[in-house]
Amino acid sequence: MARKLLIEHAAVPGITTYEVYRKHGGYASVEKALKTMSPEEVVEEVKKSGLRGRGGAGFPTGMKWSFLAKPEGVERHLVCNADESEPGTFKDRYLMEKLPHLLIEGMITSSYALGARRSYIYIRGEFMYILRILEKAIAEAYANGMLGKNILGSGYDLDLVVTPGGGAYICGEETALIESLEGKRGNPRMKPPFPAVKGLWGNPTVVNNVESIAAVVPIVNEGGEAYAAIGIERSTGTKLISASGNLVRPGVYEIELGLSVEEFIYGDDYCRGIANGKKLKACVPGGSSVPILPHYLVTKTAAGTDRLMTYESLADGGFASGSMLGSGGFIVFDEDQCIVRNTWNFARFYAHESCGQCSPCREGTGWMEKVLYRLEHGNGTLEDISLLEEINKKIEGNTICPLGDAAAWPVAAAIRHFRDEFEWHVKSPQEAQTRNYGLIQVPLEA
Amino acid sequence: MIKVTIDDVEIEVAPGTTILNAARQAGGELVPPAMCYYSKLPGTGGKCRTCLVEVAAGSTADPRPMPKLVASCSTPAMDGMIVKNKTSERVQTNRGGVVEFLLVNHPLDCPICDQAGECHLQDLGYEHGSAKTRYREERRTFSPIDIGKKIKLHMNRCILCYRCVAVANQLTDKRVHGVLHRGEHAEISTYIENAIDNDFSGNMIDVCPVGALTDQTFRFKSRVWFLKPYEAECACDKCSGKAVVWMFGNEIFRVTARKDKYGEVETIEDKTAWICNDCRYDKKDPSKWNLIGPRKIDRHSVISQGKYATKNDNNPKLIR
Repeated sequence: MARKLLIEHAAVPGITTYEVYRKHGGYASVEKALKTMSPEEVVEEVKKSGLRGRGGAGFPTGMKWSFLAKPEGVERHLVCNADESEPGTFKDRYLMEKLPHLLIEGMITSSYALGARRSYIYIRGEFMYILRILEKAIAEAYANGMLGKNILGSGYDLDLVVTPGGGAYICGEETALIESLEGKRGNPRMKPPFPAVKGLWGNPTVVNNVESIAAVVPIVNEGGEAYAAIGIERSTGTKLISASGNLVRPGVYEIELGLSVEEFIYGDDYCRGIANGKKLKACVPGGSSVPILPHYLVTKTAAGTDRLMTYESLADGGFASGSMLGSGGFIVFDEDQCIVRNTWNFARFYAHESCGQCSPCREGTGWMEKVLYRLEHGNGTLEDISLLEEINKKIEGNTICPLGDAAAWPVAAAIRHFRDEFEWHVKSPQEAQTRNYGLIQVPLEA
Repeated sequence: MIKVTIDDVEIEVAPGTTILNAARQAGGELVPPAMCYYSKLPGTGGKCRTCLVEVAAGSTADPRPMPKLVASCSTPAMDGMIVKNKTSERVQTNRGGVVEFLLVNHPLDCPICDQAGECHLQDLGYEHGSAKTRYREERRTFSPIDIGKKIKLHMNRCILCYRCVAVANQLTDKRVHGVLHRGEHAEISTYIENAIDNDFSGNMIDVCPVGALTDQTFRFKSRVWFLKPYEAECACDKCSGKAVVWMFGNEIFRVTARKDKYGEVETIEDKTAWICNDCRYDKKDPSKWNLIGPRKIDRHSVISQGKYATKNDNNPKLIR
C-alpha cells in the first residue's frame, strides 16, 4: 500500500478538532518551521521537494514562490485557491472537509515562508458547509496560539481569513480569484503584470491550490528530499486523485505519482475495475478540461509503454495521443457512454462558465455548445464536425485566461479520437437517439 | 528608447509602450485594429482580441518567439522585439476568427443602425469577414432599453468591449453602469436599469465601437454620410466645448467629440476633449456654435469616400 502523506488520518474520529489533530502529529510543521527554520529555508525545502502545483497547470510551487516580488514595506499575500469547480475534481473538498487543520497548518507554514501577514482562503460559494468547518478550525487555531500575534513565541504574526466566492468556475483562475476577492466582478486580469508582482490589492501575491498548500506540511516535516524520493523524475510526491465515473469503487485516492494507470483502474487498493463487468471505453485523466483518451491509449502510450500516473507519462505523445494529469479528476467511461453527449455536456459547462470578457471564449464556447447540442440531438451535419474543429482552433490560445483552452481541448480531443462516433450521430440520428454507439465499431485490444 | 520592428518597420519608442501604441506611432497599414482598447481610458483593452499579433522574437535578451498570439494593446514592447501583423498569415486567420466570433451574435442590422458608416465592426467585417455566416443557431436577443434620458442601449449589437463601463467608472461619479451575467448572456446594464444621470455619460456613445449605445436625439434622423462634419467650439463651463457638429444644410443633426483616426477622442491642450451632455444633446442651434471649418474624417469608413472602392479592386477575394 502506498504511503499517504495527506489523508492518512482522514478517518480518525474527531480529526476536525484541534486536540485530536494535534495528537496525531498536527502543527508539527508550524513548530519546526517557525522555531528552527528561516523563511528562505522553507522555500528551499519546497524547491527541493519538486512539488508541482496541484491545481491543474503543474507549475513547480517552489519556483512560483521564488518569483514573488519582495519590495520593502509592501505587504505580501498568500491566497489559497479553494474554488474547486472543475467537473470531475473533488479532492480539495474532501481534504478540507475531513482535515481542515491540515490546510490551516499548510497556510501558516507557507505564509511564513512567503512572509505574508494576512492570508486568505478563497472558497467556492457552493462549499458553504465547508466554510463553517474551516471557520471553526480557524477559531480553534487562534485560541491555541497558532494564528494571530506572535505565533509560538516566534514573533511572526498571521491572520487567516476565509472568503466564499459566488460560485463561478472562472474564479478558480488566479487573477479572476483576486478580482473576486477584492469584491469585484470575477473577470480574469490581463497578464502581465503577474500576481507575483501585482496581485491582491496591488500587492505581490501567491495563489496556490489547497492540495499544494497541504503538501507543504509533509515537505517541511520530512524534508524536501524525502518528499522528492517518492514518485518518478519530475513528478514527485503524492497526489490526490478524484476517481469518478463507471468504476467499482470511485472516490478520492492518495497515490504515489508513478503508479501505473492500469493499477489505478483495476488494482484492488484503488478503483477495482469498471463497474458491472463492462469494458473501458474512454478516460479523462485530469478533470474535464483535459483531452479525453480512448481505451487503447489509457493504459498504454502510443509508443506501447505503460502509462503511469505522472505529469510526463499522461502527457506522452502530446495532444495527438496523450492528455494531462491536470487537477487529478479521473473520469472513466464504460462502453455504454456516449462521447458526443459527454462532449456536449462539457461544452455546456464551459459555455455557462465563460466570463464573457473576451470574444473568442464568450462567443466560441456558446457556439460550440449549440453545434454539439444539434449533433447530439440528431440535427447535425458532417460539416458541423469540421466547423467544430475550426471554432476550436480559433479559440485555443487566443483568450485572456486558460478557460478558452480548457473549453477547446476536450472537444478537439473527442473529435480526434471518436470522429466515427460523431459521424454515426450525423448519419443515423434516429439510432443515435435510441441506443448507444458503444464499442461496436472500435476494435478492442486483446 | 527601445527599438521594435513591426512588419519590417523599425520604430523607436519609450520603454513600457505597448505594441499597439508603438504601431500607432508609426501609423499606416501596420496598425492592428482595436475594438476594446481606448488609449484615453486606462484599464481598457485585451478583451476583443482583434489586435492579436505574432511576436517572432521576444527581445534582444530573449529572442525566442512567443508561442501564442498576444494582444498588442496590453503587451509591452521590448527592445529588439520583432512583431508581425499584416505579414503574418497566422494573425490574419485568427483575426478573421475573432471577427467571425464578434459577428456570431451581432444582428447585422446595419441598414437601420445609426452607427453604420462609422462602425469599427463594419470595417473589420469588411476586411476579414466572409459573405456568409456559418452560424445557424438563434442569436441572443435583448430589447433595447433607455439608459438615461438621451442614451438608447441596443444590447443586441453590443460586442462587450467594456469601454462604456470604463467611461462610467472614470468620467462619472456614480458606479451604476456595468456588466450583468456572464458568458454569452453577459449584458451591459445600469444596475438594474437605473438611469444614468451624469453630465458626461454621453461620452459612452462616442466610445462605443458599434451601434449599441446611440444618441436618442439623433436616432433615425439621418445616415452619417449625408451629414457634413464641422469643427466647432462653444463656451461651456462644464467641458472643453470643442466638438464636431454634424450638419445638413443649416441644421445641426448631432454633436460628437472630436475623434482621431482610431476613433478615439482627441487630446486638446493636454486634456482629453470629452464633451458634456449639454453640448451633445441640447445645443442643436447653429448660433450657439462657432464653426471653425470642415472636419476631415480620415478613419477608413464610408465617410472617407473611395476607400472601399479601391479596396475592392485590389482584393478580388472580397468580391463574392
